[in-house]
Amino acid sequence: MYRTRAGTWGLTILAALVYFFLYAPILLMAVYSFNDSRLNITWQGFTWKWYLSLWQNAYVLEAMGNSLVVAVVSTLLSVVLGTTAAYGLYRFRLRTAKLLEGLIFIPLVVPDVVLGVSLLVLFVLAGISLGLHTIIIAHSVFGIAYVAVVVRARLAGLDPNLEQAAMDLGADWWTCFHRIVLPLILPGVVAGGLLAFTVSMDDFVVTFFTAGVGSTTLPLRIYSMLKLGISPEVNALSTILVVVIALLVLIAQLVLRRGANNQSNYVGKEW
Amino acid sequence: MKETDRAPAWFRSLMGTPPLLWLTIFLGIPLLLVVAISFTTRGTYGGVVYQFSLASYAMLLDPLYVGIMVRSLGMATVATLVCLLAGYPLAAYIAAAGPERRRWLLMLVIIPFCINFLIRTYAWMVLLRSEGLINSLLMATGLIESPLAMLYTPGAVLLGLVYIFLPFAVLPIYASLEKLDPHLVEAASDLGARGGQVLRRVVLPMAAPGIAAGALLTFIPSLGMFVVTDLMGGSRTMLVGNLIQNQFMAARNWQLGSAASVLLILMVLVGLGIYRRLFPAEGGMGDV
Repeated sequence: MYRTRAGTWGLTILAALVYFFLYAPILLMAVYSFNDSRLNITWQGFTWKWYLSLWQNAYVLEAMGNSLVVAVVSTLLSVVLGTTAAYGLYRFRLRTAKLLEGLIFIPLVVPDVVLGVSLLVLFVLAGISLGLHTIIIAHSVFGIAYVAVVVRARLAGLDPNLEQAAMDLGADWWTCFHRIVLPLILPGVVAGGLLAFTVSMDDFVVTFFTAGVGSTTLPLRIYSMLKLGISPEVNALSTILVVVIALLVLIAQLVLRRGANNQSNYVGKEW
Repeated sequence: MKETDRAPAWFRSLMGTPPLLWLTIFLGIPLLLVVAISFTTRGTYGGVVYQFSLASYAMLLDPLYVGIMVRSLGMATVATLVCLLAGYPLAAYIAAAGPERRRWLLMLVIIPFCINFLIRTYAWMVLLRSEGLINSLLMATGLIESPLAMLYTPGAVLLGLVYIFLPFAVLPIYASLEKLDPHLVEAASDLGARGGQVLRRVVLPMAAPGIAAGALLTFIPSLGMFVVTDLMGGSRTMLVGNLIQNQFMAARNWQLGSAASVLLILMVLVGLGIYRRLFPAEGGMGDV
């Protein structure tokens, strides 16, 4: 694209600098998680002790459990409601289509802080006590949006003749939906569900406003640890999460690639 | 398909109604409540008195709050510009690589994109604080006598925003550059365009939708951000996100918090409107 040698070199150096900027702080944080000193400054020797004390930190483990419960339940809700919303919009001329489309679009553009406080207002005014259930509801709101968008993209590549054929052969609407349409859009449903799950595990802002006492999720726990100050335990926890994310991205990359090779001639596209 | 609208009513309502009800109750109504509360009166103990009032909006005209709004807009704008300036070369570099290398380079952008932003903020807190590595190194080399105050400054907030949202800018720019036909660039230079001209007259116009999408994806979340300011800005750098959070969690002035939320939504809508204006074809629901 850039044909001059100087241009290529310049671009390479700039790109290297940006990668350095992206990774240096994270790598340094990981290094310090093995430092045998409370302070993250001088190297005092290698240790696993921060990881061990993390393992014994009941708060962190409990928060992890809460995050998983919230993510699983809100993802299930999001998949069911998001898929039906996408199919309803794709297949029927719903009188409420404009409204539904708008509602799906809102979580994607409205800042999280506004989404969070608006739900807080609703729960307080309706007298609903805050807890895991309110976080689940909050996460389902943006989860539905993500699932609906991804499934809709998948539906756009669906051959309408397949449904027509199923019905001509006597299938009713429900049979046609769950025997023909659903298997065909399944990759989109799974991708949307994974997206909703990831965003739910990751969410801090909306959770911050909708969580109650005893419903601390992992990002909330990390935040309160950060508020208390720098500690090697936070380094250790962050390092574990970074490694997990990196591995998941790597696996996703390998799986998607195999998928792409296997079904390159398949109808529609996933992303 | 003509048959479609003859589906039985129960099936149509099964598909359309539950998500509509759910999102109306837990998204539409809450947002309307926020708008409504911004026009009510604040009770003596911070409760909501259902009486029409513009007091909260009048309060936002106070120089203190105007300052916060202007600072938020300024901070989000600068963060967006820096993200674009740093993100474009990286996106261009990735797009120019061969297919195999490209996949790995892209993955290296997606990994930080997926790491929780609290962790990424923390990584910089470790580096910037007065006993942090940067200050220790500078003092060890004798460049400075006493530690520089880097954490808890507006600069730290800007750095944090750029660090967090940079991948959001790179990915859409890359997506648009990847679609660019390299033959167009070749044709331009064969016809005598110099490097700068090719970039300005051929590549950038074609990449514009991606750049705009990257700008939007950086600008909107930067505008509403309160965590980075909270953790890296100390109490001195207050943005509209912090204002909203404070009014709802600490000060219990829902009216003011709601009015600030309405203003924030309006600012986002203006940004979105400009984007739609410039690129009417992009930004359909499926593209978001």
